[in-house]
Amino acid sequence: MPLRGSAFVMFLYLLFLLVPIYWLVNMSLKTNTEITSVFTLWPQDLTFRNYAVILTDPSWYMGYVNSLIYVVLNTVISISVALPAAYAFSRYRFMGDKHLFFWLLTNRMAPPAVFALPFFQLYSSVGLFDTHIAVALAHCLFNVPLAVWILEGFMRGVPKEIDETAYVDGYSFPRFFLRIFLPLIASGVGVAAFFCFMFSWVELLLSRTLTAVNAKPIAAIMTRTVSASGMDWGVLAAAGVLTIIPGALVIYFVRNYIAKGFALGRV
Amino acid sequence: MAQITLSKLAHSYHPTPKSEADFALKEMDHVWQDGGAYALLGSSGCGKTTLLNIISGLVRPSHGRVLFGETDMTDAPTAERNIAQVFQFPVVYDTMTVRENLAFPLRNRGKDAEYIKRRVDHIAAMIGMEERLNHKARGLTADAKQKISLGRGMVSEDVNAILFDEPLTVIDPHMKWELRTQLKSLHRDFGHTMIYVTHDQTEALTFADKVVVMYDGRVVQMGTPQELFETPAHTFVGYFIGSPGMNLLDATVQGSEATVNGVPVQLGANYGSVTGRVQIGIRPEFVSLTDEEGLPFRLTRVEDVGRHRIIRGEVFGKPMNLVAPEGQPVGADARVRFAWQMVNVYSDDWRVAPIGARAA
Amino acid sequence: MDKTQNNKAWFLVLPVLLLVAFSAVIPLMTVVNYSLQDTFGNNEFFWAGLEWFEDVLHSDRIHAALGRQIMFTAIILAIEVPLGIFVALNMPKKGFWSSLCLVLMALPLLIPFNVVGTIWQIFGRVDIGLLGHTLAWLGVDYNYTSNALDAWLTVIVMDVWHWTSLVALLCYAGLQSIPEAYYQAAKIDQASRWSVFRYIELPKMQGVLLIAVLLRFMDSFMIYTEPFVVTGGGPGNSTTFLSIDLVKMAIGQFDLGPAAAFSLIYFLVILLISWVFYTVMTNLDKRDGV
Repeated sequence: MPLRGSAFVMFLYLLFLLVPIYWLVNMSLKTNTEITSVFTLWPQDLTFRNYAVILTDPSWYMGYVNSLIYVVLNTVISISVALPAAYAFSRYRFMGDKHLFFWLLTNRMAPPAVFALPFFQLYSSVGLFDTHIAVALAHCLFNVPLAVWILEGFMRGVPKEIDETAYVDGYSFPRFFLRIFLPLIASGVGVAAFFCFMFSWVELLLSRTLTAVNAKPIAAIMTRTVSASGMDWGVLAAAGVLTIIPGALVIYFVRNYIAKGFALGRV
Repeated sequence: MAQITLSKLAHSYHPTPKSEADFALKEMDHVWQDGGAYALLGSSGCGKTTLLNIISGLVRPSHGRVLFGETDMTDAPTAERNIAQVFQFPVVYDTMTVRENLAFPLRNRGKDAEYIKRRVDHIAAMIGMEERLNHKARGLTADAKQKISLGRGMVSEDVNAILFDEPLTVIDPHMKWELRTQLKSLHRDFGHTMIYVTHDQTEALTFADKVVVMYDGRVVQMGTPQELFETPAHTFVGYFIGSPGMNLLDATVQGSEATVNGVPVQLGANYGSVTGRVQIGIRPEFVSLTDEEGLPFRLTRVEDVGRHRIIRGEVFGKPMNLVAPEGQPVGADARVRFAWQMVNVYSDDWRVAPIGARAA
Repeated sequence: MDKTQNNKAWFLVLPVLLLVAFSAVIPLMTVVNYSLQDTFGNNEFFWAGLEWFEDVLHSDRIHAALGRQIMFTAIILAIEVPLGIFVALNMPKKGFWSSLCLVLMALPLLIPFNVVGTIWQIFGRVDIGLLGHTLAWLGVDYNYTSNALDAWLTVIVMDVWHWTSLVALLCYAGLQSIPEAYYQAAKIDQASRWSVFRYIELPKMQGVLLIAVLLRFMDSFMIYTEPFVVTGGGPGNSTTFLSIDLVKMAIGQFDLGPAAAFSLIYFLVILLISWVFYTVMTNLDKRDGV
């Protein structure tokens, strides 16, 4: 009987999560006339026009490409600088380590709104405005601390004897790190990468502020185009659905690590 | 307290078991007497823990029934069975103090405060934790935690049975001996039915009145330590109990004589004619070296283990160990002789009962 | 774990330090700079001292935004934390259904913030949204664009929809780390369902719950995009939270001085509360490590 109850609770909760998403998908497959004139629970007049609009127009679909470029760039940068730092925090005591660690975390706590304007000026002054790298670097502000935090948690779980054995066996530090240590915390790297991807992909305030044309993310294009062309609900919904897909794919690939991943290596 | 009966009990973790190999526990009928001290012995993965969990109701058997006294408890949840169980690794409630931990089973059973205090103090003295009663359980060492788990298992006086699942694995050797003695005296004082799972034969033989040996999902023998030693019902019992285990030789048996590679060996009783894969088994304690007639023995190694020596060697290419007193001379090539009353006969690994004379 | 003292470890931390310094310290200095000066345009700046800070600290507008912000954060924490725990307790423990739940639950977390806003903006509309339409059909007078209460409800339900899964997944991870023997022992001890929760599950979730509360506190305190897309801060100023107000001030009205002072105070408030959380958390870690 308790199983029944649980299943019922989960059913209600998942229903609550999925119905709004269903509604978006539903709308994306309708014509604008159908959306505004009649109220239907599923498309009466199934159409892919809304998707066709997006996938044939470079000013639309380049938004996806831009978003993916800076998200991937950010993930790569965040993980590669966070790895050695996390190793240092997990293995050594050094002057000011605790303060440094907390200071890093404070950047995760900084409201992006605070940084929007100064970032705009900073990246304009160094000529990086409207480039993918600018957004990738800006997102490092909150992703690097998070990556360090997660990786440190996973690395703490690897016994120190492994390091010592490797040094005794004559491994140099870089070779030990790449050949032995990294494979051991592979799932931690995956988890950290997942979170970097997630937070970079969903963030809009900074990415919109730092781009104008060339690196504009899809999410920002969505808001602009719609307000300019009036109420093209169908295309708006289709664009929304398309932004959900990369996230859904990423989740699907890491599905077996999600539970462990959300513990951030700390359980 | 009640007698526990397992009737046609079998368990499989597969939803639709096809062959015997799918069963973690093969069909068995056993009665566990009220107030008995049983040790459940066997190598890892033989189904000991499954059997224990079926008795306590944590696992529902896929076939057969479990009875407490006359009552069918097969479908009764654990809470209704009124059983105590101690697990292999410590389970303590971290946020509670040691005292609260020990009192927990009694509180849940609705005992009054005065009684709880008396019992908790008594148990705390028994496990040597009086001074730390008001400490939080979090942060204690593993063996202190395990002592608390043991204490929680023993705190209720009116349970139907207390089950121990290799409870002393994480305890250091000195304390192990101490706690085992405590368990033994608890059993004497209260007469609970106790079932003690272990893979350590010394632990089993010192704790229990009756030892139950399991092998590959089957109870192969249930008997006193002496029975296990003298008349192992299965070659596994012979091999598992004793140090070193029983010697086994392929043979043919006719009447009261066995033949090993053409050499006749005298048996203690008449077995008629035995079929299947026939082996004779003899404990190393009942084998002696001789210059006279016997099986040819090739010595490989002599181990000195204190009061006696273990002599290892081969007979017709099969290992043969014997226990010899300190100081007896050992020749490189000799013959071995068996105490013929102590030879057992096995067919397909199961012991064959002799006809007449010395029935088991 | 025993750590060795080694100041050379600084070299390993150096890349992170440079990167974060570039993207945090320099902008932060700019903000501090603005907060102390005044401008009449043309890039001419005058020393303004602590004037902006005084203004901000006495501004009714910002007080109101702060009040709304605190109320919003308190409400969503009060809903999401218990609900998240409840959902986690009801999730299947293993097998196909558990993977399915995990995947579906993680879905809202990977939707860009403004798309989350868009989904609810559409969903709540009386003319084309399922929720709005259904409510209207039931005779409820619901309109999030004109009624402040409806706007609040919509924003809160949206946030619950968006983030409860994060709390639930964190708790689920905590629950997964409890060995089966604990539940078995509780059955043997005849513990009630409540006792199992109180003495086994809750203590094990403590660590992850603190992370969950910390993350939800920080993120909800900085929330910007989602309510902005749905309500634009309205009707009136009823759903104007701190970040929305700040962006309005900095980019909309270009009041750099007050905006910068506001930013710093805002940042310090979050920092202070997070520091309390962090201290509690590391102390817990130490206690567990004994």
